[in-house]
Amino acid sequence: MSKDRFSANNEIASPVIEVSNFDFYYGSVKSLNSVNMKIKPKTTTAFIGPSGCGKSTLLRNFNRMNDLIEGTKTEGDILLHGESIYRKDLNVTELRSKVGMVFQKSNPFPMTIFENIAYAPLKKGIKKRSSDLTDLVEESLRGAALWDEVKDKLHKSALGLSGGQQQRLCIARVLAMKPEIILMDEPCSALDPISTMKIENLIAEIEKDYTIVIVTHNMQQAARVSSYTAFMYVGELIEYNSTTDLFSNPVMKQTEDYITGRFG
Amino acid sequence: MKLEKTYTYLLAFSMLCIILMVLGIFTIVAMNGLPYFWLKNVAKVEMTDGKVYYGEIAGVNPKAENGSETKLKVGNRKIYGQDFLRIKDSEIKSVSYPKEIIMLERDEWGNAYGIISDIGGKEFDNIHSSVMEDKKEIMSLEKGRLLSINEEISKLNHRITKKSETGLEEKLEKLKTESAVIETDLNSKREQALIKTFSLVLADGQTDELKYYDIVKKYQPNDVSLAGKVWISVKRFFEFIFADPRESNTEGGIFPAIFGTVILVILMSIFVFPLGVIAAVFLSEYAKEGFLVKLIRNTIYNLAGVPSIVYGVFGLGFFVYAMGGSIDRIFFSDYLPSPTFGTGGIIWGALTLAVLTLPVVIVASLEGLKSVPHMYREGSYSLGSTKWEVIKDVVIPNAMPGMLTGLILAISRAAGEVAPLMMTGVVKSAVALPFDSSFPFIHLDRKFMHLGFHIYDVGFQSPNIEAARGVVFNTTLILLIIVFALNLTAILIRNRIRNKLSRSGV
Repeated sequence: MSKDRFSANNEIASPVIEVSNFDFYYGSVKSLNSVNMKIKPKTTTAFIGPSGCGKSTLLRNFNRMNDLIEGTKTEGDILLHGESIYRKDLNVTELRSKVGMVFQKSNPFPMTIFENIAYAPLKKGIKKRSSDLTDLVEESLRGAALWDEVKDKLHKSALGLSGGQQQRLCIARVLAMKPEIILMDEPCSALDPISTMKIENLIAEIEKDYTIVIVTHNMQQAARVSSYTAFMYVGELIEYNSTTDLFSNPVMKQTEDYITGRFG
Repeated sequence: MKLEKTYTYLLAFSMLCIILMVLGIFTIVAMNGLPYFWLKNVAKVEMTDGKVYYGEIAGVNPKAENGSETKLKVGNRKIYGQDFLRIKDSEIKSVSYPKEIIMLERDEWGNAYGIISDIGGKEFDNIHSSVMEDKKEIMSLEKGRLLSINEEISKLNHRITKKSETGLEEKLEKLKTESAVIETDLNSKREQALIKTFSLVLADGQTDELKYYDIVKKYQPNDVSLAGKVWISVKRFFEFIFADPRESNTEGGIFPAIFGTVILVILMSIFVFPLGVIAAVFLSEYAKEGFLVKLIRNTIYNLAGVPSIVYGVFGLGFFVYAMGGSIDRIFFSDYLPSPTFGTGGIIWGALTLAVLTLPVVIVASLEGLKSVPHMYREGSYSLGSTKWEVIKDVVIPNAMPGMLTGLILAISRAAGEVAPLMMTGVVKSAVALPFDSSFPFIHLDRKFMHLGFHIYDVGFQSPNIEAARGVVFNTTLILLIIVFALNLTAILIRNRIRNKLSRSGV
């Protein structure tokens, strides 16, 4: 085996996120085992692997969503721009507004479309009923390729939208926060193929401005949207490489088995 | 398969029984109460022994001991000593309905039946309405300016004698003269009003000298057309709702009791809702699950089963004596030993009911909080919200329907509760409503009337139960309607919020 199974880590020079020797425990169960990886800025990185391999767990550590679950414990570190996100004086809410997240199931709040988008900006001090806010809402909805579909019903309930529209609304809601990084936790798993395509196009569109990390079950999707792909298996990072290399020329046997559909 | 069908029928049958029971209560109450608003004809009953009675036929009992009996409401209690008379059907010679018989509703002594011979109908009405206007004026003077002057005088007296303040004598004198002037004015007005009398010829030929001042309404039931009777019945129904009680509650309206009940329930809601929600939010969102929290939660569940009279005793001890007493000592020490807040009042009744219904609100709110989808919380956290923002923006609004369900249950329970109120401020007859035009407009220390207590009082404590039967049933009917209306309001509010939260809304 001449090639390095973590060649992505060597290629990426100035990572936005750096995971170093990271362990994660749910209670006494170790679900991540000494993960080391670098995430390249303004690129899409995909995490693939069978269910329960820890890819979502890892993703949810990037904005410390796992803090909400009781009895979890971490070892090692995750650095954002070289600074630990686990340091004591870190403001978690600030971290989360820099590292946005889109969930598996779309979760717009039971408010109007406008209120959903304005939710995060209003907390940052943008004035209600200001033109800044309306501009930001429009910009975010355009960014999420949703503006044309909803511009006439901004003040109607967000729950009246279709599943795909709701998911794009959630992306728009994150964009309105002007984050650096967007984490996507299987964002298309509950959507039909056309909505999925729209979201994938959207990812390609916003990739130039945001660092995107996407967890997916769908290998084709990973191949389509990402530049780098990480394959995980039972809590370990097995292989991390540029997407083309990983799919065309996997280093590890497990990776090959998984992408050729022999298990998982 | 067959068994399953049997079970389905069994369930449907139980459901039917429940619906019938609910409708049954309502129908029985309405059927017993509503006929009292109907203006009955007044019969002239002639007996074989030559006696003549005027009265409303209130019922026939064919299985009485000595043959069939008729119950006749003859009124004129002042003269006959009782409202009702039982006469043997076998001794009745004839029953007729002469048009000239008059029925008078009076302030005292119940209805009077008879014939007015010394004055024409129109003339009577003119004099009566002018006297009624005077009466209104007298009442408003008595309850308005005179009452407030007397209050001020007693305050001044207190300051002079107990606190030996000086320089107040002049003011006191001025008030006293004003009071005296008003009182003389009042007395002369009242005398003028009382002087006007007319005579009513009763069935047995006696004449009764009556004052216009005491007459509330005059009817000539046998001379009214069917449409007229319907109209009068409707009017009497609304009079029942909007008028003050007369004759120790057995006649007249129940307005103060309706007002007291509604205000009490609203006050109770204002107290219990925020308190219950805060407790539930703390228990479910902040408190660390452990032995203590479990203990507290189970204690709350158990509190829902404590008899309401126990809450009454608690309210009396804690709210009335401890809290009210302390308020009196600190703010109203001038008036001691006569209590201001240290005695039953609508605020203490409302607080006692709030404590009584708190468990219901907390339990329902906890359920509501539990039912908020986890993804909403996650969504809010991921957008950089603090814990408090998540709770305020997402959790509480989404739990609101559940919380309001708790409030609905609380209202249903509180509106019908009587026992705790008997210790914390309900009275048979309140001097004034808790809200009125005299400063500071809201008088939460005042005692109040309540429909539930009214039913108990009129139905079981009244000296003239036979005459009060209509009031009891109709009060029950109104109480049912009010509970229903209060619930409906809360349900509509909840549904609005629920719609807003669901797909169909906005």
